Amino acid sequence: MNWFRRAGNRQPLWKEEFSVHTADERYVTRRQLTKFLVLTSFGMFVGNLWILARSLFYKTPRYPEQAVAQWGEIPVGEVKLFAYPTQEDRCILVRTTEDEYVAYSQKCTHLSCAVYYSRKSNCLECPCHQGFFSIENGAVLKGPPTRPLPRVVLEKQGEKLVAIGLKV
Amino acid sequence: MGLIAVLLIVQIWLLSAALESFLAGNHRTAMPAAVFSGLMFLGCLGLYAFVDRVDSGIRGSQRD
Repeated sequence: MNWFRRAGNRQPLWKEEFSVHTADERYVTRRQLTKFLVLTSFGMFVGNLWILARSLFYKTPRYPEQAVAQWGEIPVGEVKLFAYPTQEDRCILVRTTEDEYVAYSQKCTHLSCAVYYSRKSNCLECPCHQGFFSIENGAVLKGPPTRPLPRVVLEKQGEKLVAIGLKV
Repeated sequence: MGLIAVLLIVQIWLLSAALESFLAGNHRTAMPAAVFSGLMFLGCLGLYAFVDRVDSGIRGSQRD
């Protein structure tokens, strides 16, 4: 088995070929992890810069006017679903009293499940994670969501109820 | 390394809070969040440079 060792060397040949010391290996690994952490920190900073850039160049969107219902079309305590401002943005219109309507985006601000109106508790409820929103202003009453529901601004034009904007 | 990890955790929290605030329509928080995030990144970089220098020093003295 002499070909496993070189003459005059006590180290086996394979150890000589792969001469990585355990201590050195540990140092390298720790340094690599530290490098990775610093790189991740840079990524977080870039993310914050991206949010800053989006904030600086933010333009207030212009919303179209769209008739969503006829005045008196739905009874008190009933709802109507519609899409605003695009076909992908589902909204919910609720008639709270004889002469008061409110409309909100139907997309829960937690994980985008569809919210529905609970007549029993008089609030908007997300069935996925039990998030509750106020029917008066869309504010979070309880549950995991942290942001209020975007409110659809409504206007009465003749006998029509028209959506004129979205208040985030 | 522990200090870098702590700074990184604070930075992750800051990013998620800034994003949450931005999505809620509040755009005033973006600037201070970016400044603090930058400072924390510089802190991480400084700590890394310090660790690297100490590490190189120790390894150099071990070889001697």
